[in-house]
Amino acid sequence: MAEAAQIPTMSQPAPLVVHAPPAELEREPLVAGGHGIGWLSDTIAGVAEGSPKAWWKICFAISVTMMTVCFLCIAYLMSTGVGVWGLGHPVMWGFAIVNFVWWIGIGHAGTLISAILFLLRQKWRTSINRAAEAMTIFAVMCAGIFPLIHIGRIWYGYWLFPIPNSYSIWPQFRSPLMWDVFAVSTYFTVSVLFWYMGLIPDLAVMRDRAKTNVRKFGYGLFALGWTGSNRHWSNYEKAYLILAGLSTPLVLSVHSIVSLDFSVSQLPGWHTTIFPPYFVAGAVYSGFGMVLTLLVPLRRLLKLEEIITVRHIELMCKVTLLTGSIVGYAYVMEFFIAWYGGNPYEKFVFLHSRLADPFIIGPLYGIKPAPYWWAEWMMILCNVLVPQLFWFKKVRTSMIVVFMLSILVNVGMWFERFVIVVVSLHREFLPSNWGYYKPTWVDILQFLGTFGLFFTFFLLFIRYVPLIAIAEVKGVTPQANPHHPLGGAKMGGHHS
Amino acid sequence: MNGRPYAIMAEFETPAAILRAADKVRGEGFRNWDVFTPFPVHGMDRAMGIRNSKVGWFSFIGGVTGYATGMLMIWFMNTLDYPIVIGGKPMFSPFAAFPPSYELTILFGSFGALLGMLFLNRLPRLHHPLLKNGRFKLASHDRFFVVIETNDPQYSETATRKLLESLGSRHVEFVEE
Repeated sequence: MAEAAQIPTMSQPAPLVVHAPPAELEREPLVAGGHGIGWLSDTIAGVAEGSPKAWWKICFAISVTMMTVCFLCIAYLMSTGVGVWGLGHPVMWGFAIVNFVWWIGIGHAGTLISAILFLLRQKWRTSINRAAEAMTIFAVMCAGIFPLIHIGRIWYGYWLFPIPNSYSIWPQFRSPLMWDVFAVSTYFTVSVLFWYMGLIPDLAVMRDRAKTNVRKFGYGLFALGWTGSNRHWSNYEKAYLILAGLSTPLVLSVHSIVSLDFSVSQLPGWHTTIFPPYFVAGAVYSGFGMVLTLLVPLRRLLKLEEIITVRHIELMCKVTLLTGSIVGYAYVMEFFIAWYGGNPYEKFVFLHSRLADPFIIGPLYGIKPAPYWWAEWMMILCNVLVPQLFWFKKVRTSMIVVFMLSILVNVGMWFERFVIVVVSLHREFLPSNWGYYKPTWVDILQFLGTFGLFFTFFLLFIRYVPLIAIAEVKGVTPQANPHHPLGGAKMGGHHS
Repeated sequence: MNGRPYAIMAEFETPAAILRAADKVRGEGFRNWDVFTPFPVHGMDRAMGIRNSKVGWFSFIGGVTGYATGMLMIWFMNTLDYPIVIGGKPMFSPFAAFPPSYELTILFGSFGALLGMLFLNRLPRLHHPLLKNGRFKLASHDRFFVVIETNDPQYSETATRKLLESLGSRHVEFVEE
């Protein structure tokens, strides 16, 4: 047969020779170091098992302090009234709504990683999806605080939900604000369900490794008696696929509905049809910024560089670049339509209230600088120019640069929300209705305090729960592939 | 050991080995048996002869319930129970009612998927003979197990053990009830 294969004849064509791909085309493995699946359990579960390190204790103490400040500010707000904020006519939506939109946008990357990248079969998501989903849940918690407290009389917050009350009136469903209540609460609930379902096999890992009775009981209870039965895995994988399929339209709808809070109104600067996709792209962009801010230091501190590899960081930078470019395109489109649309109010908002800086555009057009010109330019700098640096591999592979740029991404996105909310509101149709919004110390401490809330939960999460999906990472290693030699496949067989 | 053990358990070290073993055990005609792995092994459903999961139906029914709930709730509240004119808008419009109903579709559908999965798997079940077995703890770590229950009609204490050993298992043991 060997000779026959070498001499091509009419009846027997030459066998197809498949060469191994050249070394530079080989993809880097998702788990570096060629470790087996047992090593993954030991390393990832080990993070949640040892005693807390000094850095963890320091960060936790700072976070809890900041969280307390947040709650003290809320108590002051509740006891005194929304007058403690810098709100005043015409800017009746200030920091609270800016922070709400910003935090909820951050959550979107977690769902994108866990659901959309799952449907797109991006196996690299397995190293980062658990932490990103946890980030989603905690970010939505921080976001949810703001609309609740901005209603002023917080004790009537339940009126937002269709609960029968003594006045026998119902919520008014023709308002986008009501849609928002459903979108955000569904988003939170489904994110928790998805996160918990992903956790079940890993809680079983923790249960089986537990040494103390408390841990055995705690992890055992929440693992629900998971055994790893393949009949269970079969249903589990289907349910996971369905939840990914449901979360995808959900995540796209949540920020779309948030954007409808603005675009359904008549205010110039808000009343545009581009808002839903523009908000979703911005949300994913800022969320990836936050994932990078969290994971770049964590992989180093927890010695997880072989599981969250440089390749993972690079891929996240590329998603940031893509979504940042979509955001930049949306900005250009907004300005173009403001000019092309011919609406004088719209044009005024974009030229006189946003773009007119004291140095170039203002003098060029001979107009006075906009009161908030710095907010617009901060947003353009951080959201349009900064992500373009991710075109360079040197930038994407330098962890310190990625970390700093990821913070700028979120600074920029916060300013975008500020521009949309405050800058659009501060100049109405009539100049007699113009005003200037300044945050008070309560506004600022409350915003900083939500970081305390976020990091308190996040630190507790990495302390008690496997921060990487153990079972899922195991599943993407060559050792887990029954058709790979490392997975026990026989060389030379039809599956080798 | 009192009476019959619960099952016989064979340990394997690679996914390829467990896949071959599952194929063989299924071919022998066993019914009350299962495979336990730290992660879902690709191709195992086919090797074991498991049919497509029914979780989708639970999710579908949840989703339909959610959408109907949303539409009916909004229609009832804003049209029937407390009609009030706002900005000259119609009392009920499917367009305004769509976003909350859409969210409820996803909410109920997700609960359907999770609870349906737990129901089909008969979870939570915190007490299970396998969970008492010390060796079985490796099933969540890096080992793969075939477990054949002793109440299977094909089960025989010697022949089944021999079969599992012939499939390449280095460790076969009985699991207590």
